[in-house]
Amino acid sequence: MEYFVQQLINGLTLGSIYGLIAIGYTMVYGIIGMINFAHGDVFMIGAFISLAVFLVLTTVFGVTFLPIVLFLALVVSMLFTSFWGWTIERLAYRPLRGSFRLAPLITAIGMSIVLQNFVQVTQGARVKPLPPQIQGGVELMSGSVDGTTINAQLSYMQMIIIGTTFVLMVAFSLLISRTSLGRSQRACEQDRKMASLLGVNVDRTISLTFIMGAALAAVAGLMFMLLYGVIDFYIGFLAGVKAFTAAVLGGIGSLPGAMLGGLLIGLIEVFWSAYFTVEYKDVAAFSILAIVLIFMPSGLLGKPEIEKV
Amino acid sequence: MTTQTQSLYRWKDDPVLTVEHLSMRFGGLLAINDLSFEVGRGDITALIGPNGAGKTTVFNCVTGFYKPTEGRIVARHGKGAQTEAVDHATRTGKRWHKSGEGAVFLLERMPDHEISQKAKVARTFQNIRLFGGMTVLENLLVAQHNTLMVASGYTVGGILGLPSFKKAEKAAIKKAVYWLEHVGLVDRADDAAGDLPYGDQRRLEIARAMCLDPQVLCLDEPAAGLNPRESADLNMFLRYIRDTHGTSILLIEHDMGVVMEISDHVVVLDYGVKISDGDAAAVKNDPKVIAAYLGVDDEAEIDVPEVRQDLSGAKGVPHE
Repeated sequence: MEYFVQQLINGLTLGSIYGLIAIGYTMVYGIIGMINFAHGDVFMIGAFISLAVFLVLTTVFGVTFLPIVLFLALVVSMLFTSFWGWTIERLAYRPLRGSFRLAPLITAIGMSIVLQNFVQVTQGARVKPLPPQIQGGVELMSGSVDGTTINAQLSYMQMIIIGTTFVLMVAFSLLISRTSLGRSQRACEQDRKMASLLGVNVDRTISLTFIMGAALAAVAGLMFMLLYGVIDFYIGFLAGVKAFTAAVLGGIGSLPGAMLGGLLIGLIEVFWSAYFTVEYKDVAAFSILAIVLIFMPSGLLGKPEIEKV
Repeated sequence: MTTQTQSLYRWKDDPVLTVEHLSMRFGGLLAINDLSFEVGRGDITALIGPNGAGKTTVFNCVTGFYKPTEGRIVARHGKGAQTEAVDHATRTGKRWHKSGEGAVFLLERMPDHEISQKAKVARTFQNIRLFGGMTVLENLLVAQHNTLMVASGYTVGGILGLPSFKKAEKAAIKKAVYWLEHVGLVDRADDAAGDLPYGDQRRLEIARAMCLDPQVLCLDEPAAGLNPRESADLNMFLRYIRDTHGTSILLIEHDMGVVMEISDHVVVLDYGVKISDGDAAAVKNDPKVIAAYLGVDDEAEIDVPEVRQDLSGAKGVPHE
């Protein structure tokens, strides 16, 4: 039982990070109907910038008060990734918006390769370690199986990750459902041309969507860095693929779907590793995606697509 | 008639919108050829013509859907033709120019979101384009997006729930409710727009356009698919919009009954060329119009009362 609870917590933590990245995929897909393949690398950039800010603040300026350091790292990396999100849209998507559908896909993959190699060249290919910063936690339950003691512990780090994700999720849902920006985003999703005729600046709305997704990816990047303590230029690829899977599983275009999909993928991975074999955890995650899509082609919470005639 | 001037053609004296030497070419097809006409301030102007005459293309040029191949389209706020301001804007390459009387806008230079927000020209579509997945109220709020964005400090204030934003949002909802009352859809404010019956959707689309506070309202076949009663209600509603809000209306219409009843000014197109221009009575008797548009008057041709009955009944059938 303790073992199960511990895995549940681990799964939710990992799932939160996937979910945050998945929101970026799902929002961009919702508004322009295309996948932003460079999004995983925006997440990677977010992690690197957080690390850089963290190290500069602690070693150069000698700031030791952790909340301030983390807050500044978060703000700076969100600013940078927002800029990258905007740049990706401007360079890889906007010039090709009138073009055939596959063209921006290719430019986005190009963007992804550029970002990866840019970081590899400037930061080196080796992993960057960061010693654990937030330690300790709350012991939830304790028991013994076959003479060995097993504790279920909710660490402070996990609390921060799950809590932050929850708060951001609520904030984002409110933003989309209540504010004028969210309304115009939904309007652009349904009929971009008509939204434009009603005075919505469609270009700006699409840019803002990329920026919002990228800012969330920065949050995920910082959390990933703190949780695992090692990052390299390649983390964006696998995390990106997983988050994309999460978005598709939940129903691409749906915000709660992305979060649900993220949590599910995280849980599947962790539980598979815990009870079966670690090597096959990705196989398990993708198999479940395949099975779900066979029976629910538009994902768990996605709306079936209606062809406009 | 609210504005009655001495001139025979009052739309020439106080045009809210002028289309000047407009040409639109699609590859080898010249859809509009050197078309010029005026829309008088406070008038209901009808743009008529046989199928394929280029009426919707004119609308698409006016509202920024297409960039015209040639020509100038000017919208004016404030009285008179404001010739100097128009010339000044044309010469300097600006998109608009404020003048003593108001402002002039060169629509062919403006992107579509500016045409509705700045020049205040709104339109509806022949095939209804509501945001079907959003509620009726939300459809009307999207049209007030810019006011709300400014009031919410570009969303930041909106998230924090600042009082100025709440006030602006309340005002926006009030305006939306005002128009919903006039189209009789207050009860359905929270239903998805796509679930409304056809006639309601048509009226909702007009209400949404009116939430932009337009100077010119362009309606593409507003009476299409409406039954005779709905169509009579629509006429009353359009008159109400014109009389109480001073909005000038430019409409494309096939139903000659509607056109002759409510139009102050009729422009007739055929094959992208203007063949007649004047008030309803003048156009009706213009031999060119009779030849090209009405051909042989189809009402007169059918003299069997039963057949005529069937034909007029068929008008009420909605079409896709």
